[in-house]
Amino acid sequence: MVDFNGWDMPVEYPAAIGCGIINEHMAVRTGVGIFDVSHMGDIRLVGPQALVAVQHISMNDASRLAVGQAQYSALLYPQGTFVDDVIVHRLGEDEYLLVINAGTREKDFHWVRDNTRQFDCAVENLSDDFTQIAIQGPKAVGVLQKLTDADLSAVKFYWITRGSVCDLKKILIARTGYTAEDGFEIYVPADEATSARVWNEILNAGKEFGIVPCGLGARNTLRLEGKLPLYGHEISDTINVWEAGLDRFCRMEKPEFVGRAALEKAKAEGVKRTLIGLEMVERGIARDGYKILGGGGREIGCVTSGSPAPFLKKNIALAYVPPEFAEVGTAVKVEIRGQGVAAQVVPTPFYKRPKTA
Amino acid sequence: MAYPTDRKYTKEHEWIQASGATATVGITDHAQESLGDIVFVELPKVGAELAAGKTFGTVESVKAVSDLYAPASGTVTEINADLATSPEKVNKDPHGSWMMKITLKNAGELDALLSAADYEKFVAEEAGH
Repeated sequence: MVDFNGWDMPVEYPAAIGCGIINEHMAVRTGVGIFDVSHMGDIRLVGPQALVAVQHISMNDASRLAVGQAQYSALLYPQGTFVDDVIVHRLGEDEYLLVINAGTREKDFHWVRDNTRQFDCAVENLSDDFTQIAIQGPKAVGVLQKLTDADLSAVKFYWITRGSVCDLKKILIARTGYTAEDGFEIYVPADEATSARVWNEILNAGKEFGIVPCGLGARNTLRLEGKLPLYGHEISDTINVWEAGLDRFCRMEKPEFVGRAALEKAKAEGVKRTLIGLEMVERGIARDGYKILGGGGREIGCVTSGSPAPFLKKNIALAYVPPEFAEVGTAVKVEIRGQGVAAQVVPTPFYKRPKTA
Repeated sequence: MAYPTDRKYTKEHEWIQASGATATVGITDHAQESLGDIVFVELPKVGAELAAGKTFGTVESVKAVSDLYAPASGTVTEINADLATSPEKVNKDPHGSWMMKITLKNAGELDALLSAADYEKFVAEEAGH
């Protein structure tokens, strides 16, 4: 167990019960895994101007969301850098739920409230009201369907529904996740008795599918293989949207949102660094913070996230380098304990889940 | 777990099994359990001179890098090449998967190390914190 932004969380579950980072990671890629992600935060915006408010603070275009649909986005500072990344869910006509990172719960809530005061909409911090459980993997739907009356086959990826889950009524079920696999996130009442019961019922229902409880370690290796950003690593308050390569989630055709002007200017100036994927060529593991070396051993950048990739069976990393080093195939070195170890730029995401027929 | 009595142990969770002037070194079951799945082992070159208590390499799990400390001073004569391709062997059989063999500079250094019984006690006490 470790302290993760003030939360007591497991890095991995015991080897004695068949877990450990590698087994947990493989379970999610080939079967199903369950994560307690209650540390994540939840902000609800509701009111006649809820959409206007969301459009003002979020870089993606929430007006494209039908009721029951969700999208990945980010909250930006006026400089075009990241307050946090977020999943925006449209729960109702004028009701939106933002699911945000654990470490930025307070910051985000204050940011959202302070930047939407001018709109006719209430901003509620529901973070402590929910226990959030993620069920992820190709067999996730099989597990959850046993426990809900909602027809999960009708819920497309990044869509949501409400249904009975473990006899709890009107539970929010979202087909979202942070693993680059199919899966669901459910939001149940946060009291311990309910949370424990739901957790155990899912484990039970998942037995026939080989379900495995998964910790932070696997959560990180799974999202890394899928090139999903982690706040404080690939995105932060000193990195802008273009550098992070999140262009497709940033709708500049929206006439106004916080950060838009700075992004317009930054686009015209061009990026000085860009996020790339690396694969180690020589023996060695690139880790967070390790230096990237170009010709002549000159420092050209830094690893934002690096780790062995259990499914791909390679050692991979995400890093910021100047654009001239970003072409796929470019050879660089990673400084590991004083030695330059060969790596090369590879396409990302490193892993994409197979399309089902 | 009963630790083999044919060797000595360090507080950094290495074991050293001496046979005359040569010794074999590895890490303990407690070490491999704490590390989790081992994915990488970095060992010194044959011929390297090691000083007791100083680092001689690293062992990496998915999440972390851990230093390996020389239980005794000496010269590296052989390293286990198997661990370059199959580091998980250390998890499966920590007391059988040796990492390196050294020629001891001073066999007397081993006297100060922990016996199997003392090491077991040490591990139990550490866990009690």
